Amino acid sequence: MCTTCGCGVGQTHINGKPVQTRHRAAQSVRFRAPESHDTHRATETMHFGNGIAGTHAPGMSQARMVKIERDILAANNRWAEQNRRYFSAHGIFALNLVSSPGSGKTTLLVNTIERMRDQFPIAVIEGDQQTDRDAARIRATGVAALQINTGKGCHLDALMIGRALQQLAVPDNGLLFIENVGNLVCPSGFDLGEEHKVEIQSETEVEDKPLKNPDMFHSADLMLLNKCDVLPHLNFDTDLAIGYAHRVHPGLPVIRLSATQGDGMQAWCDWLAANCRRVAANANSMETGF
Amino acid sequence: MHELSLAESLLQVIEDAAREQQFSRVKTVWLEIGQLACVEQESLRFFFDAVKADSIARQARLEIVAIAGQARCENCNRNCGIETYHAACPYCGQYALSVTQGEEMRIKELEVE
Repeated sequence: MCTTCGCGVGQTHINGKPVQTRHRAAQSVRFRAPESHDTHRATETMHFGNGIAGTHAPGMSQARMVKIERDILAANNRWAEQNRRYFSAHGIFALNLVSSPGSGKTTLLVNTIERMRDQFPIAVIEGDQQTDRDAARIRATGVAALQINTGKGCHLDALMIGRALQQLAVPDNGLLFIENVGNLVCPSGFDLGEEHKVEIQSETEVEDKPLKNPDMFHSADLMLLNKCDVLPHLNFDTDLAIGYAHRVHPGLPVIRLSATQGDGMQAWCDWLAANCRRVAANANSMETGF
Repeated sequence: MHELSLAESLLQVIEDAAREQQFSRVKTVWLEIGQLACVEQESLRFFFDAVKADSIARQARLEIVAIAGQARCENCNRNCGIETYHAACPYCGQYALSVTQGEEMRIKELEVE
């Protein structure tokens, strides 16, 4: 549909099957011409009381103002809250992983799964425009993965995740990774119901990305600085990159790591484990009333 | 951000309101968009024009009220205006600002018939 950013309607697929992701009601409200009950007399009579106000005041049109006071993304946010309640009730620690393409999200996930699968049940929702290559990489680890293809769309939304949760059995007291479409702009505004957005930047990128694409760094709760093992071969100033991220988001926690070589992975896994236990304990206390 | 999704969501809110409040035509849509919100206004107008065809909002005009960015400095506790997320506090020079206003994306009111 769109030739500017390429987003389309009706091109979203979950595990290869098309899904309806439009939020609009099945029956849309169509334009109606103003009703005229008495067309024969229309040329003879000017009726000023047919409007919604039922009366007329000089200088005033029949139009009225309707207070709305709603967020533009109200529908998405309602779905996100529903997902969040589901995660909370089932003790699921859900993360939304966001980054530019090529930061190493899927490799990080595969290696994180290898380290954590014995401690916690894990499930993954993969978001890409096309192909199920990433889900296949996750499934090769033995962990359940569901692939959402957004077609021409550039981000996941909360309804897509709601639909995915109907198909993917996410174990109670487990860890759910949602790998968003590689895009540093659009996913920042769409709440999926996750507890945290985790932004992954690699040290093969440029230091000033947080300044050039601030929205994602502002909305993230944790930043992973990946590929730190190749730093000796790069002209990348780690302190400068972290400093720029902190200009956009003061106090943003940062973990430097290498998904392939293992540096820093323990700190990341410790953070995951602590949060998993907390979320599971909260769900348990909700259930027992203590 | 994705302005087509925003335009579709906007139309959905309008159509929901039309059912609740019994109106059949929208003349004007008043939005409040924060300066820091990830919305390109011209892009939103373009997509709203595209999605509103054949709807009750097909003749609707978008009126966008810009909400200025504001922040409080965690270092010196003063309030200031900001235009970007990476702004420093104009008083103490520290990058320690918490945004207090300017991220809004709200539908304020509609003029309807």
